[in-house]
Parts: sequence; structure tokens; C-alpha cells
Amino acid sequence: MALLRLQNATIRFGGLLAVKDLCFAIEEGELFGLIGPNGAGKTTVFNMITGVYSPTSGAILFDGKPIHGKAPHVIAASGIARTFQNIRLFTSMSVLENVLVSAHMRSSQGVLASVFRGPAFHREETAHREEAMRLLALFQLDKLADEAASSLPYGSQRRLEIARALATKPRLLLLDEPAAGMNPQEAADLMRLIRRIRDEFKVSILLVEHNMKVVMGVCERIQVVVHGEGIAMGAPAEIRKDAKVIEAYLGRE
Amino acid sequence: MKRIFFVLSTLSLLGLLQWGVTTLLLDGPIRQGPYYYQILILAGINIVLAVSLNLTNGIAGQFSIGHAGFFAVGAYMAASVSYYAGPAIRGLVGFLPLAGQDAAVLLLALAAAALATALAGLLVGIPSLRLRGDYLAIVTLGFGEIIRVLILNIDAVGGARGFSGIPKLSNFFWVYLLVAAVIATVGNLLRSSYGRAFIAIRENEIAAQAMGIDVTRHKVLAFVISSMFAGMAGCLFGHYTMYLHTNSFTFVKSFEIIIMIAIGGLGSIEGAVLGAVLLTVLPEAFRGFESYRMIIYSLALILIMIYRPQGILGQASVLKRLGARMAARRSAQGNVPVTAPAADGGNGG
Repeated sequence: MALLRLQNATIRFGGLLAVKDLCFAIEEGELFGLIGPNGAGKTTVFNMITGVYSPTSGAILFDGKPIHGKAPHVIAASGIARTFQNIRLFTSMSVLENVLVSAHMRSSQGVLASVFRGPAFHREETAHREEAMRLLALFQLDKLADEAASSLPYGSQRRLEIARALATKPRLLLLDEPAAGMNPQEAADLMRLIRRIRDEFKVSILLVEHNMKVVMGVCERIQVVVHGEGIAMGAPAEIRKDAKVIEAYLGRE
Repeated sequence: MKRIFFVLSTLSLLGLLQWGVTTLLLDGPIRQGPYYYQILILAGINIVLAVSLNLTNGIAGQFSIGHAGFFAVGAYMAASVSYYAGPAIRGLVGFLPLAGQDAAVLLLALAAAALATALAGLLVGIPSLRLRGDYLAIVTLGFGEIIRVLILNIDAVGGARGFSGIPKLSNFFWVYLLVAAVIATVGNLLRSSYGRAFIAIRENEIAAQAMGIDVTRHKVLAFVISSMFAGMAGCLFGHYTMYLHTNSFTFVKSFEIIIMIAIGGLGSIEGAVLGAVLLTVLPEAFRGFESYRMIIYSLALILIMIYRPQGILGQASVLKRLGARMAARRSAQGNVPVTAPAADGGNGG
């Protein structure tokens, strides 16, 4: 069974049909790409999957259960995490605290326990901190744990966003243009990182990306969206040769 | 063990201070003693109001401008309890000495005030905090005025005449016990995963909910806790002044509390304390300037806002650094097995 399945997902903003009858399925542990020209509706698809928007019609199934129309925090708790195209870190918090925020929904300590701080509170707090530090170490951010998130260089902020998303312990990770603004060297590092995340965390990854080198290099299957409609879907080699895709990107001869 | 010791030592310190303050200021040689005592009490009440409002406005980033409304609900609720049910409560605990009876009445009034304001906070918070934006500001402003007008028309609590005949049950000890309680509550919450959730909501609501935080629930939670403490402050206020009038609870009072936390540093507990003390003491200190008093006071506020827009203390939190140091020490003592670097690290301090 597919981990995530979109069935005729459609979203309409007033007169604008942003996404139309989109269908695709992501398998467990798959690296899946979503590409399309600017304004094709890729980020809208992300927002639809994560509950920021709910689809006007159609269905989104996660692990076989419908998630469309649910609140974002419910969807996050069910195992879908994301990063943002324009980085959205908690800027006044430290790097470590940013990651710790994701552990809050798993916390068993209520308000009273947090005020009175018994041994169980400290045990859990320590466990969450250790877990967060291990995660930061994987992203080479552990040395910067106490720095303000806003003081990190751009590339590190992108990595921190991924670390923070992984701290929610997702089964599906959505990356929204992670290579944006990166030079070729950084983009190559990112590709290695994405594969490593999939292998170490056993997650499926849905990638929206404009950098074709990254998408073609890392994804196993790609869905192409133009004007909110799926026009092609397949392995990178097939997509590269697809006439409709070439037309959408380069125009007709 | 340590915790019990800490609570006991806080209580005995407050008891000792209560004795000292009473002998020095009320029964003592200082000429204007009772006047200073009153400033001390009002400063304490204002600290509770400022620190509690700071949880909503500074830490969770939701702008409430109706804190005086909750202050009023608590004050009138508690006063009604001790005025109407006081004799009955005393009858029930008649076996206690007089001081014990006083405490029982006050504690019940406090509980009633806390309950009533928490409920009011829930009723105001749930509809207005579901929406993003400035709805909370609008609704709380309206709430504050509605409550004031409502009370003005309830004859059982004195209406426009004011509520008189409230027993004097509150004193330095109770007020500063509440100050300790509000600082401990907000401070500990701030250093827990709830505190991080509140700040995450303030920093970026969309990212916070994408990380699994139920944004509405946490906003309402912060709002209810802060309303509850405002209500308890109201209880101690009424039982100190022995008379309540709606004029003490206009929106001007709400803005005064907002100014306290803005002056001290939005989001910082020490800042809220400092702001509350300053705004209680400054107007009194300028009394000698007679009619120029409010001008000087306003000028002082404007100057602070120009030269320290982040507030006097800004976001710097002494408590937070203290917490980091304590966690580091705990790890060093080996109470908890630590494999990763000492959690929040000694270099935080």
C-alpha cells in the first residue's frame, strides 16, 4: 500500500483552479520529486498535504487513512513533516530549542507537571535534549546548539529546518525547494544528505525543487505538474525525454 | 526533599518579612510608614498583573488589552465570597483560631476568583484565539468594558456606589506569596516544553503547527493561566483596600499593565517585575511636582521607549541562564546518565 496517495485532489481559490485532479502515490521509503514551472502549484500541493489548505474536492490518504481537511498539527502528529520554501525558523530561539519544539507534541508532561517539575519532568527533558543533540550532530549543527537560529549562515539554516522536521519523527518528509540559493557544491552535499536521511530515518521524501540536477540526481520517480495538472510521471530518464515536459519547460519548436 | 525545603524557606522568609514590614511601617517609628506599606502592596499586585499578562502578550505573542477586566472579575468574585459567605465559612472552621479562619476565608475567595477568571478567560479566549490577527485585542478590549459596565449595574456588589465592607484579609504575606507563585509558574512554564511551544507560536505560527503544536489550544492555555492570576491579584487587591469601585478597572488600568511589560522588556519575567515596580513607584515619586507629575511620568516613558525600544531588560532572561546552569550542574553530579554534551550546556550561563 502506498504511504501517501492523492486521489483527484483539486483546490480552487475563487475563480482560480490552482490544482486540478492531481493523482499520485508515494511508496514507503521512496524519494519522490514534484517539479513544474513557476506557478504550477507545487507549493499549493504541499500546503494541501500538510493541512494548510484543504482540497476543494478529492482525497488525500496517508497510510490508507484520509487526512484531507484535518488541522496541520494533527497531520504533523500523524507523521508528515515539512520544511518551508522561505525558511521559517523560530528565530529568537537557539538551534537546540528549535529542534526541541518538535518534541513537544510527544511530551507526556502536562502543565502542572511542567510547573512543579518532578523527577519525571527532568527525565523527559533530558531525554529530549539528548535526542535533539544526536539529531543536530548528524547535521553538523551540534557545535552551534546554543547559538541563536537567526545567526546561522543560510545553508545551516536550511539544514536546521530539516533537522527540526525530522525531530517530529515523521514517516514522510516534505522538502520545499531545499536547494534554493545553494551553489553547486552545496547542492551536491544536499543530495548526499537527502539520500542519507532516507536511509537512516527510513522515511519517504517528497521533494519540490527547481534545481534539475538535484531532482534528477536524487529522485527515483518524478511527477510533473503544469498549471495545476499532472502531465507526466515516471523515472528521471523517462521524464527527461517526455515531449510534453520538454514543451512545458522549453516551449514548442 | 529539596523542593519541600525550598517552599518552607520561602514561606518562612515571607513570614519574617511580613513581621518586619508590619513592625517597621505599620506600628513602627517611620512617619509615613503606612503610605510606604501601601505602595509595597500595590507594587506586589502590579507585579502579579504584569508577569501574568506577559505570559500572553510577551511570551505567547497574543495581544490582550483587557487584563483589567479579569482583575475586576477576580476582585468582585472574591469580595462577594468573603462578604456573603464569609460568616458561614467561619462557622465551618470555628475550631480554628481567628487568624486561621481569616486564612480559610481568603483561600476560598482566592479559589473562587481563580476559577471564575479562568472560566472567563476560556470563554473570551476560545472564540477569539482561533482566528489569526488582532481579534484578541478587539475582543479583550470589549470584554474589559462590558465587565465594568455589568458590575456597575449589579446592586449586590454595590453598583455605582462601590463595594464596601470587604474584610481586610490580605496583607504583605499573601500578596508576595502570590508574587512568588506567579513568578514560579510563569518561569517554570517558560523553561519547559510548553514555554518553547508558546515562543514558537509567537515566532512563527505556521511553522509551529507544522511541528505538531496545537496552536489554538496553547494560545488559550496561556491566556487562561494569565487571566487566572489576574483574578487572584484582584482578590488580594479587594481584600486589602476593603472597597472596590469600577473606576479602578477601566481600560486605562489595562494599558498601564501593558506599559509595565513593554517598559521592562516584552517576554522577560524580570522585565515585567521591574516595569511593575517602576510604574508603581514613579508616579508616587513625582508627587512632589504636583500638576507636572503626569507630564514627567509620560516623558520618562517616552524616553525609555526611544532609547530602549526592547524594554529595559529586553529579552535577556536571568532565570533562563540560571536554569541552564542548574541543568548543567545536575548532569555533572551524575544524577542523570548523560552521553550527549551536557544538555543545554554550561556555556549558556
